[in-house]
Amino acid sequence: MSDNNELQNIITYASRLGDDSMVLGHRVSEWISYGPFLEEDIALGNVALDYIGRARMLYSYAAELMGDGKTEDDLAFMRSEREFQNYLINELPRGDFANTTIRQLLIDAFNLHYLTRLCDSRDQTLAAIAEKGLKETRYHLRRSRHWTLRLGDGTEESHLKMQQALDDLWGFTHELFEQDQLELELAEKGIAVNTKEFKQQWLNDVSEVLTEATLKLPEEEWAVRGGRQGYHTEHLGQMLSVMQSVHRAHPDCQW
Amino acid sequence: MTEYRFAAEELGFRFQQRVDDEQKVEPKDWMPEGYRKNLIRQISQHAHSEVIGEQPEGNWITRAPSLRRKAVLMAKVQDEAGHGLYLYSAAESLGISRSEMIEALQSGKAKYASIFNYPTQTWGDVGAIGWLVDGAAIVNQVSLQRTSYGPYSRAMIKICKEESFHQRQGYQAILALAKGSAEQKQMAQDSLNRFYWPALMMFGPHDTESAHSAQSMKWKIKRETNDDLRQKFIDQTVPQIEYLGLEHPDKEIRWNEERGHYDSGEINWDEFYKVINGDGYCNRQRIQHHIKAHEEGAWVRDAQLAYNAKKNKNN
Repeated sequence: MSDNNELQNIITYASRLGDDSMVLGHRVSEWISYGPFLEEDIALGNVALDYIGRARMLYSYAAELMGDGKTEDDLAFMRSEREFQNYLINELPRGDFANTTIRQLLIDAFNLHYLTRLCDSRDQTLAAIAEKGLKETRYHLRRSRHWTLRLGDGTEESHLKMQQALDDLWGFTHELFEQDQLELELAEKGIAVNTKEFKQQWLNDVSEVLTEATLKLPEEEWAVRGGRQGYHTEHLGQMLSVMQSVHRAHPDCQW
Repeated sequence: MTEYRFAAEELGFRFQQRVDDEQKVEPKDWMPEGYRKNLIRQISQHAHSEVIGEQPEGNWITRAPSLRRKAVLMAKVQDEAGHGLYLYSAAESLGISRSEMIEALQSGKAKYASIFNYPTQTWGDVGAIGWLVDGAAIVNQVSLQRTSYGPYSRAMIKICKEESFHQRQGYQAILALAKGSAEQKQMAQDSLNRFYWPALMMFGPHDTESAHSAQSMKWKIKRETNDDLRQKFIDQTVPQIEYLGLEHPDKEIRWNEERGHYDSGEINWDEFYKVINGDGYCNRQRIQHHIKAHEEGAWVRDAQLAYNAKKNKNN
């Protein structure tokens, strides 16, 4: 494959990872002022801010490689729903606190393995971003793990809500471990992460927490996929129309 | 009986002497009941203002026009929640619990800053709030760094450090609009027009109308009067508006050489009293939002308690 093609692939890869962080960060930010108590308003805002920070680094890198004067903001605010390539689990509405907790547990545990591997990427910028993200992820995972235990093994009501959230979200975890040609090629070159390599470890980690939280791993095979191809749930379009509204109403402006 | 009264008078006298000597009052020190009540009222309302203040700005987090501005705004709202925590802690040192304070807020018994009952309608409002509302808060809070109650004074010192950072960022955001496209400039002017007067109202009623002022000044809870602080803010804001190239919303603003201050137009006090008595634009919305979040979070708090109880039993 030509270098030009590889460059193009890295641009796509970096913006995909940027999309994951952007969309999830946006969803978590919707909790601000809605937390169950003040400490949680702060914690959720903190997590959301880490994700937006990560999205900015990844988008900026993609924009820099594109080299046509575009910026992080063009990637965030001027692309449509069909162009975003985040994993679907990130775009689902925040739901209740159980929903947010389970999603964070699944994603934080995923990110721990993912970013650990991305730290070894041959692409130095991606490796550096991963290193910063990994520190944040350790903190995120500690938090989502503790909340999963408290809520799973708290009251009967909280247990039921957590089990429901887990059942609803599980179908969106499969695509985290299914990668397309582009990512597999980059992985072979030591640039991207091959998620299959740590699927079992992730499953073990997650199962361990869920079991301790007295929750049951769903068994059904139901799976939804398509994020990396820009084939989204109906939630993303709504989210982007809010997120991009001001920027698109005043294009080419400085803020 | 007589002996006790003598003792109380003696305590009150010694307390005032301490205050006059600029010694900080600490939680375990004796203090007049009125001093304690007054402080609980003021600090808890200050805390509530930080918490309710998350809402008008939070309204724009999902719509911020650039990633940088979004991150800045999120950090700011996060800081506000943190300031709320400091202040609730400071109030708790006076013997009231956070849940009692929240109950007072939700039932309307305790107030919060009038400014947060104004709606944020455009992105410009976020800049205007950062610049004007935080600006007014800082003028007030810098003065409160010298308040006589130690925990409150220390909370103010902590908070002002973070707050002035965000205030500069708010001014930058408005500056970007004022120097931007015609539409952006219009947005900045509109936000200034709508938030200028409410920002002035943050300093409270005129000194002659202020119920708690005289006693608060004597106890050195308050160090400068409402009108003096407001004048400071008016004076500092004029050159900022000029630098932005925007029109001053107060048509009567004039430099008074003799006083060394700006003279200004009168505030609409009917509006002020309407807002603090619950009939402003967003009063109901703000409290309902707070109650909704609190009620929806009840099962989370219950679960946490149940989980902790289980763990303690097992240990």
